[in-house]
Amino acid sequence: MPTVKSLEDLKKIREEALKKRDIKSAPGSVQIVVGMGTPGIAAGARETLKEILGIIEEKNLTNITVRQTGNIGMDSWEPIVQVVVGEAAPVTYGKVTPAAARQIMEQHIMDGKVVNDYVIPA
Amino acid sequence: MGERDYPMKEIALHLLDLAENSVSAGAKTVQISICEDQNADLLTASIEDDGRGMTPEMVKIVTDPFVTSRTTRKVGLGIPLLKGAAEECNGGLQISSTPGVGTRVEVSFQHSHIDRMPLGNLAATFLGLSVAHPEVHWVFRYTARNNGAEETFEYDDQPIKETLEGLSITHPEVLAYLRGMLEEGIGAAKSILNE
Repeated sequence: MPTVKSLEDLKKIREEALKKRDIKSAPGSVQIVVGMGTPGIAAGARETLKEILGIIEEKNLTNITVRQTGNIGMDSWEPIVQVVVGEAAPVTYGKVTPAAARQIMEQHIMDGKVVNDYVIPA
Repeated sequence: MGERDYPMKEIALHLLDLAENSVSAGAKTVQISICEDQNADLLTASIEDDGRGMTPEMVKIVTDPFVTSRTTRKVGLGIPLLKGAAEECNGGLQISSTPGVGTRVEVSFQHSHIDRMPLGNLAATFLGLSVAHPEVHWVFRYTARNNGAEETFEYDDQPIKETLEGLSITHPEVLAYLRGMLEEGIGAAKSILNE
């Protein structure tokens, strides 16, 4: 059986992260919001969020805030994900499957290029 | 509702839906408990919040929106679908709510019922809630009972957030830590159950 993770382990993670902070500071902060109302959940938004968190872990991305929010009111576009990078205007993506989420993370978040294929037309 | 292939076919997804309701109701603390009891052949899940609560009339509307169709208020179908699914499996759903105090929703299923929806990915649901609603204090409890044995895993994110002291909860190593804690903790408790 795996050893139970303790708060001591978390304290160590914290100390290590703070030591590295000045070396690895990302340019500007990123906010990601996933719509998690009933239509979002029914369309697979939890898997989308799981993928986003998984990619943050996998690619070791910092300075990203992830939020989930209630019903957005554009049911046919669910799962919906909004991305705000630094001072740029928010970009709202629709039909964000886990595969689409990966593309958005790699191109938009990591490379600064909006993924036009998934942007909800205004 | 003739077809039953609606897409929320995990108890963990319904709990996520209910948790969103609690957050929308302004809850500061939300407790979610799940118990898989193979001795009693019962699966129960409950969610309790300290949000703004509902009047008895509102409880009726969210439970049976088709019966009380004169309302103009927009009500989701998450709760009636869950109630229907529970009743099909010799269980049920109860809501008790007090305006200004909070709401408790409890759902039960016959554990071994052939039509019972799977519990689903509790760890993913819990990780998402804890990380993506950091303003809320979350307490998650998973209990398994079988052959007189009982195992419980509890996740309370208050001490975790206190330990982080300003380090982001979405820091990659923190995410790995939390995910591991949830997956391993639930997995270990679940291991006493029969397949």
